[in-house]
Amino acid sequence: MSLRSRSGVVEKRPARARVFAALGDSTRLSLVAKLCDRKPYSISRLTRGSKLTRQAITKHLRVLESAGLVHSIRAGRESHYEFDPEPIAGIRQYLDSVSEQWDQALSRLKSFVEDCRHQ
Amino acid sequence: MNDSIEKRVELRAPVSRVWRALTDYREFGEWFCVKLDGPFVPGEVSRGQITYPGYEHIRWEAVVQKMEPERLFSFTWPHPKSFEKGDDLPDYSKEPSTLVEFRLEKTATGTLLILTESGFDKLPADRRLEAFRRNDGGWTEQMKNIESYVTPKP
Repeated sequence: MSLRSRSGVVEKRPARARVFAALGDSTRLSLVAKLCDRKPYSISRLTRGSKLTRQAITKHLRVLESAGLVHSIRAGRESHYEFDPEPIAGIRQYLDSVSEQWDQALSRLKSFVEDCRHQ
Repeated sequence: MNDSIEKRVELRAPVSRVWRALTDYREFGEWFCVKLDGPFVPGEVSRGQITYPGYEHIRWEAVVQKMEPERLFSFTWPHPKSFEKGDDLPDYSKEPSTLVEFRLEKTATGTLLILTESGFDKLPADRRLEAFRRNDGGWTEQMKNIESYVTPKP
């Protein structure tokens, strides 16, 4: 139970679980790695150099899209995909804050057990 | 992607001393800043009230999981969306929980404490912390004050 206040942000699905699940696959992780430069990529470009078919890549992109990690933009007859870093940033920020609170609590525990007045 | 937190702390105190500080509900309350209603019992809900200045409106609720003497103490606890004053109290039984584990190992100089908190993947994605930084920046600062207050002077 960490101490924090209402985010003021409209409740956002998908659940964290979906973000973790989406990233727990080497193909999708490598797609995210490519898309990380924040430029829009066409599916053909993302398929190039991969052993997977265009259909398979498209399927993986849909999983990333449903986790809010990428979004597609229509460019003429082709879809382009762009990276959306917010879900990852949100999780990291949350873990960082919980982690920070543990640092503080454990430091109080340390003082407590090492202080001779409490033996 | 990592969905857990791990901390390792070397404590210059025997394992038995650390075990007591973790599992005696009054001693736990001292350093965690919470006033607990009663002792920790595996399988039972532990209730209490946070005593940290400015956060006294926050309830403590956790379900004690394991108490293996001088080895492992664990509990699950909820991560409610809001602890703001004036908001409706969260229904803790319906909030997603994470698992907190304290493991103790004897060392040459005392005790190695390994803390893990896991299960963050179960939390909804909206628990984000821009607001934490904005509103609760003072919390971290206050913790540092307390730390220096309780640390014995040389």
